[in-house]
Amino acid sequence: MMDLFGDPAVWLPFVFAGLMGTAILVYVILDGFDLGVGLLFPFATPTERDRMVASIGPFWDANETWLVLAIGILLVAFPVAHGVILTALYLPVAVMLVGLILRGVAFEFRVKAPTRHRGAWNKAFFGGSLASTLSQGFMLGMYITGLQFTWANIAFATLTAVFLTVGFSFIGAVWLIGKTEGALQAKAILWARRGIWGLIAGIVAISAASPLVSARIWGKWFSWPEIVWLAPLPILSAVLVLTLWRVLHRLPLDGDRLAWAPFWMASALFVMAFGGLAYSFYPYVVPEQMTIYESAAAPESLIIILVGTMVVLPIIIAYSILAYTVFRGKATELTYY
Amino acid sequence: MDPLILSRIQFAANISFHILFPTITIALGWVLLFFKLRFNATGAEKWMDAYRFWVKVFALSFALGVVSGITMSFQFGTNWPGFMEAVGNVAGPLLAYEILTAFFLEAAFLGIMLFGFRRVPGWLHTTATALVAFGTTLSAFWILVLNSWMHTPAGYELRDGVVHATDWFAIVFNPSMPYRLAHMLLASGLTVSFLIAGFSAMRWLWGDRSDEVRATLRFGATLGAILIPIQIYAGDMHGLNTLEHQPAKVAAMEGNWETQGNVPLVLFAIPDQEARENRMEIAIPSVASLILTHSFDGEVPGLNDFVAEDGTIEHPPVAPVFYAFRVMVGLGFAMLALSWSSVWLMRRGRGVEGLPRPWIYAFVGMAFSGWIATLAGWYVTEIGRQPWLVTGVLTTREAVGSVTGGMVASTLAAYLLVYAGLMTAYLGTLTYLARKAARHDPLTPDVPKPDAGIRVLQPGE
Repeated sequence: MMDLFGDPAVWLPFVFAGLMGTAILVYVILDGFDLGVGLLFPFATPTERDRMVASIGPFWDANETWLVLAIGILLVAFPVAHGVILTALYLPVAVMLVGLILRGVAFEFRVKAPTRHRGAWNKAFFGGSLASTLSQGFMLGMYITGLQFTWANIAFATLTAVFLTVGFSFIGAVWLIGKTEGALQAKAILWARRGIWGLIAGIVAISAASPLVSARIWGKWFSWPEIVWLAPLPILSAVLVLTLWRVLHRLPLDGDRLAWAPFWMASALFVMAFGGLAYSFYPYVVPEQMTIYESAAAPESLIIILVGTMVVLPIIIAYSILAYTVFRGKATELTYY
Repeated sequence: MDPLILSRIQFAANISFHILFPTITIALGWVLLFFKLRFNATGAEKWMDAYRFWVKVFALSFALGVVSGITMSFQFGTNWPGFMEAVGNVAGPLLAYEILTAFFLEAAFLGIMLFGFRRVPGWLHTTATALVAFGTTLSAFWILVLNSWMHTPAGYELRDGVVHATDWFAIVFNPSMPYRLAHMLLASGLTVSFLIAGFSAMRWLWGDRSDEVRATLRFGATLGAILIPIQIYAGDMHGLNTLEHQPAKVAAMEGNWETQGNVPLVLFAIPDQEARENRMEIAIPSVASLILTHSFDGEVPGLNDFVAEDGTIEHPPVAPVFYAFRVMVGLGFAMLALSWSSVWLMRRGRGVEGLPRPWIYAFVGMAFSGWIATLAGWYVTEIGRQPWLVTGVLTTREAVGSVTGGMVASTLAAYLLVYAGLMTAYLGTLTYLARKAARHDPLTPDVPKPDAGIRVLQPGE
């Protein structure tokens, strides 16, 4: 079976790189919106905050599991690269983890701890979301510039940290447009109008920087005939951004029409930006240092994970859809038990 | 400072903090299912009250377990890159299966379990509760398979210093796995028994005489009384298994410096690794030989077997293993005494009223005894594995990363600070919830008054 698709040392790493990429992408979109909702906390009233948490409460845990899956695939499929990347990003990883811890527990504590502590847990929720997002953006910037800690790279990574934070607030806001109604929805539309520049700046900065950092990536994009069949990617992105802009300035519409459109368009933008990045960096898992083929685990171990993945992944998708279906519609009060 | 010891402390701190919460959620999931099924069967409101109170403890513990678990998954790469490089071919698939089969299951159905009561049919809510409980147990299974494999590796071969899997059945069912898994699942059950009994006793002391408190105090004490003898037996079996596969660990647990027959059972001592002897020893002659070999003059391997010719010590540090073992066993027997005596007292007809005041206080005092015993047990087995990370394959020193001591020290300080804060908040919130329940306040936080026209989120309503 292993030789069915040719040399397993070639196709297995490729498949696992695809799986890891998918897991990261799903994580970025799903935890992107719930981190974003946390980032918007300071702009909301106490009542709105409760409703905002209610809109992500049943989902956030499953959303973060995609991060564990992504890092898990990196760990199990590319163990050497896992060590190199995480050792290089030691401190931002720690900041992200502390942020995720604070944010995750604040969900529970803010409603269970004594009321006088609620303000503090709201701050922890916002602070944790901010720390996680900033450090994820910082790591993205460092990764694109090749994990080399020079002042120029750190400056660039700081910039991507800010852009990603605004970008996540944006996707958080468009999630709220779909998930809420009335005054909060109107507010979310305003937040989204103001936040869209972060998404655009982020995509432009990353798209511009990666070919400049590496001649190899430059060559992959700006050579004949690649430039022709890659052209739809930036063009489609531009069209999406313009449409998104227009839709946001027309919302809210009667009968809540198009309330989910911004979220789907924003997700599509994330998908395209991510696709571009994946194309740039393939076949490297550690930029310019280590390919997926050099760092892959043994084929006999990968195949046993792949078999399980093929069986379990459809089931995971099925019950994730079930969970989203159960809690579909506008966010209402969350009741325990 | 040495990055090795700092990384070890950091890993120990992270995993010690983490394991506390799964230890609660693994068994509490099943207990909640039991409460729910009892309610479905009897319609008695006390079971739903119990469910409502303990599902909050579950939600809180689960959140803490999830976030501290995410930290764990990054630790391998940030601090121990040598681990995955050497044994990734075995550890990887096991971790992957944990994520794929257990994490997603728990996470997806947790939402339905916690918030779906009014949104889904009753059977689906009960099923979601069962699936979350199953998911936590499955997660424990995979992680204990990996942990056991690190203690007693099997089904692999070494090629150029890298482990390659040869027999997955042998890897999963490695020699210590069944014992360790049983021991840990029982530990989780006991932790939850005494937690439930302890908090019910606390509410009893605050004057709560509800049917719910009576039911849960009785439930906790009874479950503890059932599980503790099984646990003592399972622990003994686990010890014999360790004697076979990791004799140095057992020698350290017993404080036995010389290989000999008629080894005494050391009740207390101060092990002195410099002098290689015990000071202030209180011991029962020959009983350790009896327990470990079922004969008074049975020969038991001592620590002297694990010192190389050049004097290099190849056994674990004795004192922490020795003390932790006594803490665990001592608590086990305290659990036995308390649960059996109180079940007997309650059986004499008067229910919870039959328990004398000191028993109630004892339950309050023992509320977190399961945590302490579990941690002590893990210290015995994990410190007892040193200097190995994977027995006979990889030492802890070989696996540590290249990160500087200063960097590890800074993250360690940050983690400790966060953990101390979270532990305070966790214990404070649990007590607060119990106090509110004891006053029969509705378990709804006193949220600010709703703005006109907007309904307010009322978690825990």
